[in-house]
Amino acid sequence: MTSARAPEHGLPGHLVEFVGALRLHGVAVGPGETIDAARVLGALDLVHREHLREGLAAALLRRSGQRQAFDTLFDLYWPAALGAGSGAVEVPRVDDADDGPVDVDALRDVLAELLRDGDTAALAELARAVVEALGRSGAAGTGIRGVNGQPSWSAYQALRMLSPETLLARIMAELRGDLEEGSFADEVLRREIRDRIAAFRKMITDEVRRRTAEMRGREQVARSAVPKQAEQVEFLSAHAEQLAQLRRTVQPLARRLAARLAVRRRHAKRGRLDMRRTLRRSMSTGGVPMRPAYRTRRPGRPELVILCDVSGSVAGFSHFTLLLVQALREQFSKVRVFAFVERADEVTHLFSPGAELSGVMQRVLREADLVTFDGHSDYGGSLGGFAEHWGDAITSKTSLLILGDGRTNYRDPNLAVLRRLVGVARHAHWLNPEPRHQWGSGDSAALRYADVLPMHECRTAAQLAAVVEALLPV
Amino acid sequence: MSTPQSPLFGSVADVAQRLADVGYLASTAVSTTVFLADRLSKPLLVEGPAGVGKTELAKAVAQATGSGLVRLQCYEGIDEARALYEWNHAKQLLRITAGQGRESWDETRDDVFSEEFLLPRPLLTAIRRTEPTVLLVDEMDKADVEVEGMLLEVLSDFQVTVPEMGTITAVRRPFALLTSNSTRELSEALKRRCLFLHLDFPDADLERRIVLSRVPELAEQLVDALVRTVRVLRGLELRKAPSVAETIDWGRTLLALGLDTLDDDAVRATLGVVLKHQSDAVKAAAELRLN
Repeated sequence: MTSARAPEHGLPGHLVEFVGALRLHGVAVGPGETIDAARVLGALDLVHREHLREGLAAALLRRSGQRQAFDTLFDLYWPAALGAGSGAVEVPRVDDADDGPVDVDALRDVLAELLRDGDTAALAELARAVVEALGRSGAAGTGIRGVNGQPSWSAYQALRMLSPETLLARIMAELRGDLEEGSFADEVLRREIRDRIAAFRKMITDEVRRRTAEMRGREQVARSAVPKQAEQVEFLSAHAEQLAQLRRTVQPLARRLAARLAVRRRHAKRGRLDMRRTLRRSMSTGGVPMRPAYRTRRPGRPELVILCDVSGSVAGFSHFTLLLVQALREQFSKVRVFAFVERADEVTHLFSPGAELSGVMQRVLREADLVTFDGHSDYGGSLGGFAEHWGDAITSKTSLLILGDGRTNYRDPNLAVLRRLVGVARHAHWLNPEPRHQWGSGDSAALRYADVLPMHECRTAAQLAAVVEALLPV
Repeated sequence: MSTPQSPLFGSVADVAQRLADVGYLASTAVSTTVFLADRLSKPLLVEGPAGVGKTELAKAVAQATGSGLVRLQCYEGIDEARALYEWNHAKQLLRITAGQGRESWDETRDDVFSEEFLLPRPLLTAIRRTEPTVLLVDEMDKADVEVEGMLLEVLSDFQVTVPEMGTITAVRRPFALLTSNSTRELSEALKRRCLFLHLDFPDADLERRIVLSRVPELAEQLVDALVRTVRVLRGLELRKAPSVAETIDWGRTLLALGLDTLDDDAVRATLGVVLKHQSDAVKAAAELRLN
């Protein structure tokens, strides 16, 4: 039943297939690296799977963000075991029958015990056994079995059956002992258990992916189940965990942008020849221009005004962009932030230097006056309100940055006001997280706005970084 | 191209064992890549957050293999004269003056561009050494992009070209190790020539052993509590997550203060050792109910 067919060209052929899968997921691996990887295969003792994993990673990867995709693909292409594997852990069955349905309560007892002790190896064994048992025999009281006698592996079902989260209170109670509830040590313990549970969930998901790959072919699984690199995740379709991961990349990203900007500034420092000052200097050398004078360029530190849509659909994108701007604060003389959904309000105070930014979007929504009626974004109304109340924030020194998808819910886009604002501001740009081909479809006024000011497509963090870098003043 | 040169290590386990002997507890990833870097004689590029032991690794490899450590500390504005070699101008001038009138120009010229007037800098030193050598290029990301270009020749072929003298090839290939905090992306050309190791925070068990080996006076129970707390802190979204160096510092602090349990008061008093930003400290205190 397995697809453990031998590849056409033996081990090297298998390696090339693996490299091909990596490339499909955006890890740029050249032939040189593949040769290195082959030499790694030759140098290592292939009995140790972890050595192989690290060795291949060393030869094939070039940046740390690629590791997650690599690990998932590695597990698919170099699986630890085939089929059910050699599990030492027994899954409790109803009435102790060998092939009977799984006794969920007893299983949860076993799981709680292992989670309490934090025994990672045993948990991995259990995950393997659970997926196997649930896939083949189903749980007690549910008729779940594979379709047409085929076993069916489902992480969703396994996790719903076990619901490891609900074990938290029980494990805490067992471990707490004489710890005071709500104390620091208690909180540390709680988070620790939560991490263990999350790790177990991941074990189940990984195991299901491996078993599915055996049945349906790993190419198919690899296409759909491998996580994207953080920078390639699209803002609009990212889930909470991916967004959190993205936010962690803000600081390094900002540092990289700032470093690149510094290089650009250095190269741009030599200005043009300043005739007037050169001639003036030549006076002291009898009219011979010995020391030419150059125009020095002043680094422009513009004021930045950000107007961002924080409604549900684009909140993730706005948050990330605001964090990035915040991290690049030194590049601007002044930053003012305005949020809007149905109407605009100033939220600059929430972004003061050193402020805590991880929950800032919730605070924006809670504390600012953004909603009047139904909570759907109203671009026209917000632009109008902004121009009316804070119109003087835009001056000839200001760079205006608007973040949003331009979906007006079929309301008036208020182009006249925007045109006026853009006319006053020194620069104005619009960053849109929607793919370009969707601009103007449905209720999107993106194309009409794009007539007024340059609009940039920022679907992923990588795209956003490129746009921001181009916009930063030299 | 590659001269057969007896490898430094016999196996991955051998690497781990010998590094442990000199006090560096290596994870599987570290020992595997060190082994491969030695076997494939490729430079090793180590990237990771500050304080996880990147520089320590180079020192430990040097110590474990009995090699000499040649270190090139990179900084903004470092150039060939600081990294590769430099001509000793003063001495050359002196030589020319001394020989004036007694010998022809050709003789003088050939003489002033010889070995005697060459000041070797770390890279050339490492190439010319005949004893086993570990070459550490520290904080590569701080150097300018041009320096990377210069390094390419050294790292791929282990040779240095001095226009006046010709090409100097390594007698014995050094074990080269580059570190980077990834403040900027290194060029693909450089990365391609190296094996890549992302050195991250160690797992709980390893970190416990590291702290115990560095601060042996600490009670095992306290170390356990320390490591667990630090791991929870890393799980928060902080500006600077505490690394191993901070855990060790924290252990030392507790030891110095004579605290033997990690209770609320102890944490509150010493949190500044692990969290270096005020906003981080405030956040951790709020999330972990320290108030």
